[in-house]
Amino acid sequence: MTRIAAWGAIALGMLYFLMPLVGMAEFSLKMRRGVYSLDAYARVLGDPKFQETFGYSVVMAIFTILFGVLLVVPTAYWVRLKLPGARPYIEFVTLLPLVIPAIVVVFGYIRLYNTSSWLPLTGTAMGTNILLMFGYTTLALPYMYRAVDTGLRTIDVATMTEAAQSLGAGWITILARIILPNVLVAVLSGAFLTFAIVIGEFTMAALLNRPAFGPYMQLLGANRAYEPAALAVIAFAITWACMGLIQLVTRLSKHDRARN
Amino acid sequence: MSFLKLSHLEKSFGPNRVVKDFNLDVAKGEFVSLLGPSGCGKTTVLRMVAGFESVTSGGISIDGQDVVGQRPNQRNIGMVFQAYALFPNLTVAQNVGFGLRVKGVAHDAASARVHEMLTLIGLPDLGNRYPFQLSGGQQQRVALARALAPSPQVLLLDEPLSALDAKIRVSLRTEIREIQKELGITTIFVTHDQEEALSMSDRIVVMHKGIADQVGTPFDIYNRPTTRFVAGFVGTLNQFDATLIDPTNGSVEIAGTKVALARTINAREGAKIGLALRPEAIHLGRAAGRDVVLPGNIRDVHFMGSVIRITVNFAGGQISLDTFNRPSAPPPERGAAVVLSANATDFIVLSD
Repeated sequence: MTRIAAWGAIALGMLYFLMPLVGMAEFSLKMRRGVYSLDAYARVLGDPKFQETFGYSVVMAIFTILFGVLLVVPTAYWVRLKLPGARPYIEFVTLLPLVIPAIVVVFGYIRLYNTSSWLPLTGTAMGTNILLMFGYTTLALPYMYRAVDTGLRTIDVATMTEAAQSLGAGWITILARIILPNVLVAVLSGAFLTFAIVIGEFTMAALLNRPAFGPYMQLLGANRAYEPAALAVIAFAITWACMGLIQLVTRLSKHDRARN
Repeated sequence: MSFLKLSHLEKSFGPNRVVKDFNLDVAKGEFVSLLGPSGCGKTTVLRMVAGFESVTSGGISIDGQDVVGQRPNQRNIGMVFQAYALFPNLTVAQNVGFGLRVKGVAHDAASARVHEMLTLIGLPDLGNRYPFQLSGGQQQRVALARALAPSPQVLLLDEPLSALDAKIRVSLRTEIREIQKELGITTIFVTHDQEEALSMSDRIVVMHKGIADQVGTPFDIYNRPTTRFVAGFVGTLNQFDATLIDPTNGSVEIAGTKVALARTINAREGAKIGLALRPEAIHLGRAAGRDVVLPGNIRDVHFMGSVIRITVNFAGGQISLDTFNRPSAPPPERGAAVVLSANATDFIVLSD
């Protein structure tokens, strides 16, 4: 009886999540009247704007991930190693992007870094891109920090650091050759979440006037019927591919097998 | 000439002084154990030598060079940890070669050294395995090889056998000692296990409340403990309170029984002194040549196979003694009245 109830609950949950997806996917295939077709997908993928904005967001996502890793891994490592008492405060700071709306952050950026400020980042496209990358890093901080911190919890950071130090290693060697490879799966899960955030982010990119994928999706959604559904399915496919990649990397990293 | 010199070493955590005026000279190639209970400061001393803890005051020099100001990665020290601390992302060979790579040793020379080290620890074919594919004993041997590979000046062993099961522990301690002798490397070994310390060391430092209570060879530490703490901590020891009758010939009274220790005792007549006697120095019954006879009755008998430990009630206290098992002579019954005999020369006079 309990088993049946459990399966029933799972079935209900699956229906709750899958029905809208199936409906959306089905709708995205109905562009041609009376038959299923991939016309909406062809139009989206063939649109030069799609390619341009998606390409831009992918590049931004890569730089955001790199910057995020460089910022978060040493910070989380240092807090765990030397400042365990500061952990609650750091966690609080990393949670702030969840409660401060992106629009507040971006207006703050514009006010601080406008063309008449001491650091006029918004004066050039490159400067604005850098500013947008910082903004994306901030938005992804709660996820990236938690992912890395959880990864660090699974290894004995202090003893491994001391072992490496006794073998002559300095901080950069320890971080690059010992700590980072051992939290790589956690870093990757944080990286894929960052990727998903950057790809879908609208507010910052729109207000900084950068040709990102988020504003493109919003524009398409406001003016077309079938293409936004196709775009949403494509976005889901990318997300699931990312999750599949996390699984793949986890399985391929030999030394993690013992822990799984 | 000491190779590793610790002079007036002090360490405080806030108001808590965990190491107090600690002095130790270790000769080149010597194996010294720091032995003591939890919280006695032995690991703190080791960590100060490694550079993982700062020194509150005092000096540490290796081969005449002061290392107090040096970072851990500048000290040329090899360390083996209780928790193995192998890098899980690296294979056994990569783990062993890590220190060599950090030092910038050429690939061929590093590979040869890794192979040499793996052969030394008896695992020449496991270079391609990952740490999780090894047993605890194998992991600790790899950790030892990793620590030795860069040819450190001093090897530090922080309770390396504590996480292993009893049988592996015994075999590995023999291996560690043999490797240490073969390489002639100066070694500091931290342990709370007296058997490990007694069986492996050239010298033992018994630590208590942050100070070195006694420094000596295993034979001296076991047979001639100088303080009550050392006497109680190392091995099983029967302790007696005695009254000094004559300091010149060492005549004392233990619970009404007069014993002549036949040595001069540096205390005034009538002073209370502490005496101790090892269980193996006591004989059940009278025996020729044993001049001290103590009466009592059997409290408990523990059969441990080849040895039987007997506890005897004596003058309101207890005395433990060990006898070998003999199938033809069963141990006495509980409550039986017995006499114990010992040699006056086996009594140890304790200072506080």
